Amino acid sequence: MKTIRMLAMAAAIPVLAAAAQAETKIGMITTLSGGGAGLGVDVRDGFMLAIEQDGRDGVEVVIEDDQRKPDAAVQIADRMIQSEKVDILTGIIWSNLAMAVVPAATAQGVFYLSPNAGPSALAGKRCHPNYFNVAWQNDNLHEAAGAYANEAGLKNSFILAPNYPAGKDALTGYKRMYGGELAGEIYTKLGQTDYAAEIAQIRASGADSVYFFLPGGMGISFLKQYAGSGVDLPVVGPAFSFDQGILQAVGEAALGVKNTSQWNKDIDNPANTAFVAAFQEKYGRLPSLYASQGYDTANLILSALNKAEASDQDAFRAALQAAEFDSVRGDFKFGPNHHPVQDIYVREVIKEGDVFTNKIIATGLSDHADAYAGECKM
Amino acid sequence: MTYILVLEQILNGLQLGVMLFLMAAGLTLVFGVMGLINLAHGSLYMVGAFAAAAVAGWTGSFLLALIASLAAAATAGALVELVVIRRLYQRDHLDQVLATFALILIFSEGTRWLFGSFPLFLDVPSYLSGPVSLPGGIEYPLYRLTIILIGLAIAAGLFLLIARTRIGIQIRAGEADREMIAALGVDISKLYTLVFALGAALAGLAGALVGAIQSVQVGMGEPVLILAFVVIVIGGIGSIKGALAGALLVGMTDTLGGVFLPQLFAVFMDPASAASAGASLASMLIYILMAAILLVRPSGLYGGSA
Amino acid sequence: MLTRESLLNWAMITALLIVPLAAWSLDEPFIITLATKAAILALAGVGLNIALGLGGMISLGHAAFFGIGGYAMGILAAHAQNYEPLFEWPFLFEGSNQMPLIWLVAVVFSALAALVIGVLSLRTSGVYFIMITLAFGQMLYYFAISWSAYGGEDGLSIWVRNEFPGLNTLDPIQFFAIAYVILCLALVFAARLARSPFGLALAAARQNEDRVEAVGLTPFTLRLTAFVISGAITGLAGALFADLNRFVSPTMLSWHTSGEIMIFVILGGVGRLYGPVAGAALYIMLEHLLGGVSDYWQIFLGLLLLLIVLFARGGLIGALVGREKAHG
Repeated sequence: MKTIRMLAMAAAIPVLAAAAQAETKIGMITTLSGGGAGLGVDVRDGFMLAIEQDGRDGVEVVIEDDQRKPDAAVQIADRMIQSEKVDILTGIIWSNLAMAVVPAATAQGVFYLSPNAGPSALAGKRCHPNYFNVAWQNDNLHEAAGAYANEAGLKNSFILAPNYPAGKDALTGYKRMYGGELAGEIYTKLGQTDYAAEIAQIRASGADSVYFFLPGGMGISFLKQYAGSGVDLPVVGPAFSFDQGILQAVGEAALGVKNTSQWNKDIDNPANTAFVAAFQEKYGRLPSLYASQGYDTANLILSALNKAEASDQDAFRAALQAAEFDSVRGDFKFGPNHHPVQDIYVREVIKEGDVFTNKIIATGLSDHADAYAGECKM
Repeated sequence: MTYILVLEQILNGLQLGVMLFLMAAGLTLVFGVMGLINLAHGSLYMVGAFAAAAVAGWTGSFLLALIASLAAAATAGALVELVVIRRLYQRDHLDQVLATFALILIFSEGTRWLFGSFPLFLDVPSYLSGPVSLPGGIEYPLYRLTIILIGLAIAAGLFLLIARTRIGIQIRAGEADREMIAALGVDISKLYTLVFALGAALAGLAGALVGAIQSVQVGMGEPVLILAFVVIVIGGIGSIKGALAGALLVGMTDTLGGVFLPQLFAVFMDPASAASAGASLASMLIYILMAAILLVRPSGLYGGSA
Repeated sequence: MLTRESLLNWAMITALLIVPLAAWSLDEPFIITLATKAAILALAGVGLNIALGLGGMISLGHAAFFGIGGYAMGILAAHAQNYEPLFEWPFLFEGSNQMPLIWLVAVVFSALAALVIGVLSLRTSGVYFIMITLAFGQMLYYFAISWSAYGGEDGLSIWVRNEFPGLNTLDPIQFFAIAYVILCLALVFAARLARSPFGLALAAARQNEDRVEAVGLTPFTLRLTAFVISGAITGLAGALFADLNRFVSPTMLSWHTSGEIMIFVILGGVGRLYGPVAGAALYIMLEHLLGGVSDYWQIFLGLLLLLIVLFARGGLIGALVGREKAHG
C-alpha cells in the first residue's frame, strides 16, 4: 500500500504546484437551509458583494451550507481544510457551531474570521492567534443595553432569555453594566413560542422596564404577544430581534423599541453609504446587521491580502490585526485578543414609508472591549 | 404571588391547551379511523399559518386569512391523502412514520423555497388587539380570550359532529370496526379523505390563530407536533375526549410548571440558579407527566387497546 | 450457500473498505472521513436494527443512546483535557482520553439508560411505544440543553481526538480502521445473535406472542434484553461519532437524529443484517452529492425516501436482491 501511495503522490505533485501559484482560497460555512437560514444568506450576500466589488483575480470563495448542525459544520470544515486546502475559513452564524469548528480549524493552521458568533471561551481562555472576530463578543450588545438602562434612569428591570449558554451570557452581560435592581430574572425554554406566562409575571413584578434576549422566531413571538398584553413598560433588546430581516415580521409591535447594535444603515460614513446603496441595488432589499458583518469580514480579508499572502502566516496575521480597511461601522480596531474594540449604538425602531427600520439615537458604549480579553494568553 | 397572577396563568394554560386540542383532534381522528400515525400533521399547521399570512398580506383581512388557512390546509391535506397517505393504511407503523417524516422534509423545504427563509408577518387585527378587563380585576389579552372561545366552540362542534351526524356515525363505526363500515356500503375512501382533510383544516386553523401572536416560519409545526403527540398519548389514541383532556392537562402542566417551578426552587437556591434549574425541570415536565401516566395506564386516560 | 444477499453484503462491506483505502492512496482525506462517518452511522443503525428488525420494537428514541455515548466521550475527555477530576471519591478519577475506557463507559451508561427506558416503555406497545420512546428522547434532549456544566446547547468541544493504544487516531485512515473493525465485529455479533436461541425466540415473539409464552419464555424479558443490547451498540456508535467530530452537542439527542438513524435502517432494508450499512452509505452519498446541487436538497431526500417507502419496501438491498429473504 505504501508504494501505491508514493506513486499517487508523485502523480499529484504537478497538480499541487499548479494550485500553489494560483490563489487564496476562502471557505465559507454558513446556514443556508432550515430555520435561521436568513442570517446565513445575509452574511453570504454581504461577503460576496465585497468580493465582487473588489473584483481581483486570485481569490476563490467556496460556500457550503451547514444546515445549522454542528456535526455537519465540523465535517465541512474538515473537507475544506483537508481536501480543498483553504487558507481562511469564515461564515459561521451560531456560537455552538463556532465552538465545534473554530478550535479544530485554527489548530490545523487555518485562519478563522468570525462574521457573527463570539462565544466567550474563544475571546478568553481559548483565544488563538489565527482566530479573529469581526462582529462582536457575544456579551457586547447586552453590556451596551445595561449601560443604556443606567443612562435612561431605569432602576428595576425584568430580564429574560432562553435557558442555554448564549442566553446566560446575555443576562450576565446586561447585569455586568446595569446598576439598578432586578424585578425578575427568568430563563425560558429554548425555541419557546408562547410567552403568556412570562408576560403575566412581568405585569405582576412591578418592574419599570424589560430586557430580553430572544433570537429569531422567539423574539417575534414575544414582541407580538407583549404588544397585545396591555403591559406598556419600555422594552430594550439587542439588535438581533430588531434587525432588517426580522423586523417586517414583527410589525407595529416593535415600533419605538430601543435596541443595541454596532451598526445601522444610517451611520454616516462613505463606506456605509456606498454599501447600503450597492446592497439594495444588487439584492433588492435593505441590508441587515448580518450583511454588514459579512461585508466587513470580506473587506478585512482583502485589506490584509493587499499586504501579505495568506500562506505567509505571520505577515498575514499582522495585516489582519492592523485592520486597515474602511469598515461600514466607521472606526474599527482589534483588541489584543483579536476581538473588536468598537462603539455600540442604541437604535430605535421607526417606520420609513411602509418599511420598518432603525435609526441611531445614542451611543451606548464607546470604544468598548470585551470582558474576557484579560483571560487570553496569546 | 397574588391570586390574580395564578388565575391569569390558568387562563394561559387553558389557551395553550385549547390550541393543542385543535392539533391533537386531527391526529387522533386520523389514527382512530384509519389507524395512521401522521408525523406530517405539523406541516399542515405550518401550511395554515403561511396561507393566512399570505392572504392577510394581500387583502388585509384577518377573517379572510383564517378562511384561507382552513381552505389551504384542507386542500393540502386532501391532496396528500390522495397521493401518499392512502397507500399507507395497510402498512405497519414503521412505514407510516418514515413516509410522513419524508413529507415533513418536503413540506418544510418546499415552503422555504416558495416563501423564502425569513419569517412572515401576520398580526392580530385591531378589533381583537389589546387587553380586556375580566371580573376579578384580571387584565387579559382579548385575542387570547378569543382563541379560548374559538377552541372551545370547535371542540363542542366536533363532539356534536361525532355524536349526532351521519358522518359522525360513520367515523365511530370506522373506529370500532373497519370492515363493518365497508359492509354498510359507505364509500370508505371518500370518508378517509374527508376525515384527513378535516383534521388538516383544524391544524391549519390552529397554525393561523397562533401565527398571529407567534412567528410564522418554516419548522414552526414541529414543536407543536411533538406536544400534540404527547397529548394524544396521554389522552388515549383515537379518543376525542381523551385529546381534550390530554390537551388541557398538558397546557396546564407546561404553563404552570414553567412559572411555579423556578419559584419553588428559589426557596432553597439563589435566584439565578433557581431560575435556570427550575426552567430545566419545567421543560422536561410534560414528558415526565406522560411517562407517569403511561406507567399507570399503558394506553392513556381514555384509550382502549392500542 | 452464498445467496445473492450475502454476496451483496460481502460486496458492500468490501467497498466500504476499498473506497477509503483508494482515497488514502490518492491523498483525499475527506473521502476517508465520509467513509468513517458512514461506518459509524451504520453501527448506530446495526444497534437500532436489533430492536427494530429483530424485535419489532419501533423506537423513535434511539438518539437518547447515541447522545449518551457521545456525552460519555465528551465528559471524560473534557475532564482529562482540563485536568479537572471528574470525582475524587471513592478514588481520584480525572477523566480519560483513552478510547477503550471511553467506549466501555459509553456502552455501560447507554445500556443502563436503555434498561430504564425499556422497563418503562415496553409496558406499552404499538404507537404508544413509538411515542413514549420519543418522549424519553426529548426529555434527555431538553436536559442536555440546559445542563450548563457540560456546555448546554453549545455542546462540548475536544481539541484533539482521543487516543487508542498503538495508533495515531488523528490520521483519518487509522481512525477509519478503528470504526470499520468495530462495525464488522458488531455485524458478526448481530448475525450470531439473530441465529441464537435468544434471537429465534425474539423473532418468534415479534410474530406471535402466545407461541413464545407457550414454551415458557416471557416476551417482555426477551424484548427488554434486545432493547438494552440495541441501546448499548447505538451508544458505542455515539461515542465514536463524537470522536469523529471531536465534538458533542444536544443535537445528537434530538428526535431528528432518531429519525435519521431509522432512515439508515429503512433505506437499506428493515431486518436485513447489512441494511444499515447500505442505508448509511447511501444517505451519506446523497447528502454529499445533493447538498452540492441545491440549497433545497432535502426536498429530493424527502421524495426519495417517500418513493422507497411506497414502492421499494425492501429498501436498497431488497431492490437489488429481490424478496428472497425478508427478515434475517
